[in-house]
Amino acid sequence: MTEFPTPPTDVPAIEVVDLYKRFGELEVLKGVSLTVKAGQVVCVIGPSGSGKSTLLRCVNRLEEPTAGQLRVEGIDILDPEIDVDKVRTRIGMVFQQFNLFPHLSVLRNLTLAQRRVLGRGKEEAAEVARQNLERVGLLDKADAYPAHLSGGQQQRAAIARSLSMNPDMMLFDEPTSALDPELVGDVLDVMRNLAGSGMTMMVVTHEMGFAREVGDDLVFMDDGMIVEEGNPRDVLANPRHTRTQSFLSKVL
Amino acid sequence: MRRTTRRRLRRGILYAIFVAFVALVALAADWGRLRQQFLQIDIAREQFPEIITIAAKNTLLFTVVAFIGGLILGIVLALMKLSTIGPYRWLATGYIELFRGLPALLTIFAMAYVLPIALEIRVPFGQVGAGLVGLILVAGAYMAETIRAGIQGVPKGQAEAARSLGMSPSWTMVSVILPQAFRIIVPPLTNEFVLLIKDTSLLFIAGSTIQTKELTTFTRDAQSVYFNGTPLLMAAMLYLFITIPLTRLVAVLERRMARSR
Repeated sequence: MTEFPTPPTDVPAIEVVDLYKRFGELEVLKGVSLTVKAGQVVCVIGPSGSGKSTLLRCVNRLEEPTAGQLRVEGIDILDPEIDVDKVRTRIGMVFQQFNLFPHLSVLRNLTLAQRRVLGRGKEEAAEVARQNLERVGLLDKADAYPAHLSGGQQQRAAIARSLSMNPDMMLFDEPTSALDPELVGDVLDVMRNLAGSGMTMMVVTHEMGFAREVGDDLVFMDDGMIVEEGNPRDVLANPRHTRTQSFLSKVL
Repeated sequence: MRRTTRRRLRRGILYAIFVAFVALVALAADWGRLRQQFLQIDIAREQFPEIITIAAKNTLLFTVVAFIGGLILGIVLALMKLSTIGPYRWLATGYIELFRGLPALLTIFAMAYVLPIALEIRVPFGQVGAGLVGLILVAGAYMAETIRAGIQGVPKGQAEAARSLGMSPSWTMVSVILPQAFRIIVPPLTNEFVLLIKDTSLLFIAGSTIQTKELTTFTRDAQSVYFNGTPLLMAAMLYLFITIPLTRLVAVLERRMARSR
């Protein structure tokens, strides 16, 4: 099993410095700098096309930044020498579309990477998986296939799948945007508990209530740049920039 | 009201043309000679049991060998074609274009006669075995395109989820992408199997010993011995006996796929 030295607590979990990302002619990120401290919950909001998902996807290198620096627990993850698979085991990722593996049962969804990547034995992996399923309230669905779960259950299973890798931090890419309104609450509850347990989280979301209640920091992005950042209650109640004001007036 | 009468009239005329055509063919045919040429019960009896124990058995055996060989080759070619490394991609594209562009008969012929000379290797089943290599080469080219389409049919998020969990590109392919790709391509692969059953008949060009004859070679030889077409009709029946259930299976699988989406 791969062990990483526990970083000193004053090293930020995620450190983004002057990050640029270009898709052909289109510049999606135009010099973004952001720090997520260990144990912090940072929510990123903004209109669609503002680059918030791209920023999140750069953090575990699902997208390759065009320029800038990116450090995870003090380690430069854009270093070409770095083993990106190893970095990713420390960063959990939750997608808008859940992306559970439809050909595997829920339990196998949770044990696959544990066994293949962390080299855990069958019993150990299943035990970790069950603990995490219990945590998200899906222990009774261990043998079900994803197609037989509701969207909310699928997303909770996907969160449990990420947690089974014992990550140091979790990235959420609009985790509730694809859900029917009545299923959003269960997923947010799981995320709230996770935040309460001290997990470092970076959450791209449209759930302003969640951001206000759980977030330590709120980042408003527009047009590839961070427009405003601060305490969620302050930013949501008294946005300073006109762009923040007009965005919030549309969504609140 | 007038429109429905006109539609009825048109349907009636089309039915009449159909019935008239069938009747004309039935009347024009010389049934006596047909029966003599293709329905000699004595000759049919003499084909047993070899037509089953050798010919039909070999047809199925060669089909299965060509299918499995083509599948493995097809997976390799599909992965090469999707590779980020240029030369692999070009090689796979060139291969697929070459063997899809050539008549299968020509490839089988070339393998049956060139391969044993060129490499001085002895293939099981002799020349037919070498011809079978040709059939595998062709099947691989066709299946590669099917498999590639299947791989690309798996949503991108699946690979992203697997990679986000720290899985390597190859593990992602083997345990997440390929199982889902195969689920998508079971119907077209079954179709490929049916095509291969019929294509084994091309192996007649490779020349056979008694033990390696498949259905077409066997019945063509029998036809020239008796100077009678009855064995060919038997071969046709046997081919249909194998292929029709399989094409029905494809239809069922496709319907089930459509419903599960």
